[in-house]
Amino acid sequence: MPPVISVHNLRKTYGKTVAVADVSFEVTKGEIFGLLGPNGAGKTTTVECLQALRHPDSGDIKVLGLDPVIQGSGLQRRIGSQLQESALPDRIKVWEALDLFGSVASNAQDWHVLLKQWGIDEKRNATFASLSGGQKQRLFIALSLVNRPEIVFLDEMTTGLDPAARRIAWDLIHAVRDNGTTVVLVTHFMDEAENLCDRVAVVDKGKIIASDTPHGLITSYATEVRVIFSTDKKDLPWLNKVAGVKKVARHGNRIEVEGNGPLLALVAAALVEHGIVPLDLRSEQPSLEDVFLKLTGRTAVD
Amino acid sequence: MRTLGKLTWIEIKLFLREPITVIFTLALPLIFLFVMGGVFGNTPSPDVYRGVGAMNYYMPSYYGLIMMAIGTVALPVHLAGYRERGVLRRFRASSFSVWSVLGSQLLVSFIIAVVGSILVTILGKVVYAPDWPVNPGLLILAFVMGTVCFTCFGFFLGAVLPSTRAAQGVGMLLFFIMMILGGAGPPPEVMSRAMQIIGEATPLHWVIYMLQNPYLGFEWHTNASLIVAGVTVLSAGLAARFFRWE
Repeated sequence: MPPVISVHNLRKTYGKTVAVADVSFEVTKGEIFGLLGPNGAGKTTTVECLQALRHPDSGDIKVLGLDPVIQGSGLQRRIGSQLQESALPDRIKVWEALDLFGSVASNAQDWHVLLKQWGIDEKRNATFASLSGGQKQRLFIALSLVNRPEIVFLDEMTTGLDPAARRIAWDLIHAVRDNGTTVVLVTHFMDEAENLCDRVAVVDKGKIIASDTPHGLITSYATEVRVIFSTDKKDLPWLNKVAGVKKVARHGNRIEVEGNGPLLALVAAALVEHGIVPLDLRSEQPSLEDVFLKLTGRTAVD
Repeated sequence: MRTLGKLTWIEIKLFLREPITVIFTLALPLIFLFVMGGVFGNTPSPDVYRGVGAMNYYMPSYYGLIMMAIGTVALPVHLAGYRERGVLRRFRASSFSVWSVLGSQLLVSFIIAVVGSILVTILGKVVYAPDWPVNPGLLILAFVMGTVCFTCFGFFLGAVLPSTRAAQGVGMLLFFIMMILGGAGPPPEVMSRAMQIIGEATPLHWVIYMLQNPYLGFEWHTNASLIVAGVTVLSAGLAARFFRWE
């Protein structure tokens, strides 16, 4: 299947600041593709170039077969945008905004349905200024979908949403994709990328430093498993001899064993053999957080 | 086209929900009408008001005042605020054209100018009994030219002024200078020469001449209409040159 988005050697600078150094990737139809990275990594600038909101300094971009630089408004009609920094007039009502933004498409989605789906139905007659941060965010997502876009760009979509609303948003985005819309997600939340994305590109300092499925990234970059338990026994030198163990650390009564392979089973067996049966024995699987740390030496929130 | 229609309708509603602009464009001219009408009535005097009754003089002046309030206060603050807060950015990302954004503002300006002028005319007529316009056809032409002129002037200010604050400051200053010295305040005949010169440098002065002459039955003011057309073209050109979505 030909890609719906292809980006080759995209570069964008603001004066002396290099926002995007050299970015290339492709997105296929029906994918949920994530750009993951810390603030200032160049994710937003990249997707703004794709949405014809900024002109790249150099590089080739094709979105739905169109060149955003010269076919911007034709492209914007076919995509949906949830922007990080934007607003509506203070006194516009929620339903008026959806009605207005639906008017650009000939086959706009019924906004009553969107209001219900995104949980802002009881706010339909409220003005934009009176909405909470989370409600504004959900309205913007609804606006990005009202023209039945072929691709929707969501930039930090769950900022300002409480944990329950985030889960609902993830489910709804899965449903949007299942209806055939390609989703491009910009996020600095590792759990969001891991839960939602089919493929993730890790962006740092204006470049893509790794790109794969979340599972693929974890198996290639973060293979180490941690096994954690508590015991008051002091002397545990035999733990280091268990197959796969690389490091044993102690914080008071809490023991952290790092290594790879079937670590939990082997450590458990060794513990039982030495008469230790901790109630809190558990293992922590590596996550995208560990991938990011491994790739950049930093955590995403740094 | 559908977007232009919807946006115009929403902008009318937004205008009515914004008390400050309603006061400047609709209420203030009415207050002037009653203050000036109460003080000067409509008895002609050869020394002031171009030799006509004060209310005959002020009727078309207040049409111009409404247009000017739109162009200096309402539009620049509205557009600069839209840009500053990211509303224009949001519009653009959804492929709203610059023509639907500015076209809706032009339509709304017309509607406000017409409604405001009808209010002034009806209340003025009921209370002070000024004469009806002598040449309504040319008055309508002057009305259209004046509204387009100040709308373009508002686009220009909204394009170059970077923030809501700047637009409020500059807009208010221009509003009061034009209102007092441009011909909608005290009669030009009683002002000092310096005040007259400043007044003649304002677009409002010429818009009012252009409106007054057909209203009062004087000959079409060609110079005024050319100056107004020039201000329109210049403002529109500068607005197009400096308009930014963000």
